[in-house]
Amino acid sequence: MKYDIDEFFRQDKLPHIWCPGCGHGTIMANLARAIDKADIDPNKTVVVSGIGCSGRASGYMNFDTLHTTHGRAIAFATGIKLANPELNVIVISGDGDGTAIGGNHLIHGARRNIDLTVVLMNNHIYGMTSGQFSPMTPTGANATTSPYGNIDQNFDLADLTKASGASFIARGTAFNTRQLIEIFEGGLLHKGFSFIEAISQCPVNYGRRNNIDTAVEMLKWQKESSVNIKKWDKLSDEEKKGKFPTGVIYKEDKREYTEMYQEIIDSVQKEA
Amino acid sequence: MTNKAKLLQGDEAVVEGAIAAGARFFAGYPITPASEIAEGLAEKLPVHGGKFIQMEDELASMACIIGASLSGLKSITATSGPGFSLKQENLGLGMMIEAPCVVVNVQRVGPSTGLPTSPSQGDVMQAKWGTHGDHPVIALAPSSVKETFELTVKAFNFAERFRMPVILLLDEIVGHMREKVVLPKQEDIEIWDRKKPEVGPEDFNPYEETEDHIPPMPAYGEGYRYHTTGLFHDKTGFPRGTTEDAKKLMDRLMAKIEENMDIISLYETDIRDEDEVVVLAYGSTMRSVINAVDRARDEGINAGWIKLKTIWPFPEDIVKKISQDVNTIIVPELNRGQLIKEVKEHVFGNAEVRGINKYDGTLIKPDEILDLIREVK
Repeated sequence: MKYDIDEFFRQDKLPHIWCPGCGHGTIMANLARAIDKADIDPNKTVVVSGIGCSGRASGYMNFDTLHTTHGRAIAFATGIKLANPELNVIVISGDGDGTAIGGNHLIHGARRNIDLTVVLMNNHIYGMTSGQFSPMTPTGANATTSPYGNIDQNFDLADLTKASGASFIARGTAFNTRQLIEIFEGGLLHKGFSFIEAISQCPVNYGRRNNIDTAVEMLKWQKESSVNIKKWDKLSDEEKKGKFPTGVIYKEDKREYTEMYQEIIDSVQKEA
Repeated sequence: MTNKAKLLQGDEAVVEGAIAAGARFFAGYPITPASEIAEGLAEKLPVHGGKFIQMEDELASMACIIGASLSGLKSITATSGPGFSLKQENLGLGMMIEAPCVVVNVQRVGPSTGLPTSPSQGDVMQAKWGTHGDHPVIALAPSSVKETFELTVKAFNFAERFRMPVILLLDEIVGHMREKVVLPKQEDIEIWDRKKPEVGPEDFNPYEETEDHIPPMPAYGEGYRYHTTGLFHDKTGFPRGTTEDAKKLMDRLMAKIEENMDIISLYETDIRDEDEVVVLAYGSTMRSVINAVDRARDEGINAGWIKLKTIWPFPEDIVKKISQDVNTIIVPELNRGQLIKEVKEHVFGNAEVRGINKYDGTLIKPDEILDLIREVK
């Protein structure tokens, strides 16, 4: 399929600032392709980001865009969406932004099942601040703040958002463009809280310190570690070790927050 | 025909004032002594087609009302000291990106959990300096239930007119006290709405320098597709990382306040030519002040009062003027002396400045003010 995405970028703001080999640019471009495929109105689309490498995406994308404080993008997006439910509201976050400082907003956004599409670019590290460990840095990995190996354990973000109430949960990788576009499109069109973990690579601040020296090697790791959800359940526990499922992991038709609130308005106004 | 009299508490007057001013969005988190504002708006907003949301925390509440403001709704949150502390970072973003909204702080005694149900005026300096960096601030402090209604409407009007968050500083007494009030009719209330762009998206710069320093603001979804960031930015809304842009933006943000002091400075005075002692106060403390000054006058003492409704920006002109006409200015406050420092700075040695301070959750009694008036007369 041919995509027409030039209109979705502020051409004068490109090229982006992300490092050579970074997966964020690929993920952002695939999000734009999904927006094209989903055929949503760009004039009614808002992109909200937090702070960190992922936070820079809002500046490149040609919509109403808001670059917020660290970790709070979902809370800002909740206000934007509830105030005007006509808007398609996309949140772009990172693993530090979205699961550490912003973890509370992630679970509560999911719990409300408010119609946001949250794209969490997971590069397993705080890249912008040059390589501190995040909640998604693998246990044992090296980071500037875990010089003796990281002893923190990770979230399974699909499990976390499922337990919190999200109604569309998916995971993709910067490596698998076709799959990522498909799940982004699914998330954009889903009515409810859509959470998409997009596995990215940070050769500069993660790979370099963990003997995965190039972006190519990191992409190869993404390819070899990911298993389509359709095949995942057939794997034994032993086969699942060191791997993760990708694709649409969970989907449910569930009442959406802003629609429920509109019902309250309609009912109290009728009584009045 | 006028409206019927109502028995309202200050927190309820915020609810009435917000609805009257056109507020259609509230996000908040439960906290004493401000929860009645959330409860009132949870009930009333949907009746007016507005939205209420109880967020997961105070930070999210502040974020949420800024988001709603960008979507085009007049929005408000309400909290008390601990929550006001938590809101500060996002409040700073609101000032930086010029998002109109109203933040109510019904002050209780701090620091920390402090005395949750007792009055205080301890957040006066936090209202001015709570978020990091220099920033413009408008903070209003009502002394009665009626004034709470009026200043809530004013807070929205200032927020919309000057395109910035406005802080409404109640204290627990004003918040919880019930008084009989006659609310004005809707058609008699002056309402300001934010300036909208007069140009199309092609010619639009979201942070254009205009004569009044206030850039027009479209709502999200109106086709302008503009960028907003807490980074220092130029007129296009984008950061360039230049020191020149940083100074230019900060100067413009401050100019919105500095060039409109006559509009923003709200106060009342009862000072006669012969008065030698003036009591300057704000918020609930003002109620004891008026009683004390009336009794002093009955005793033949030449005393008067000034009530500040705007505390930030500090109404320095009126204080400078008064200081030249009187011998003593008394500043009673429910803190260890916060606004008195501002008074001293602007009195510039022209008059003696004396404080009366309570910070244990009790009120300043009229007798305590009267005693000091007698002493300094």
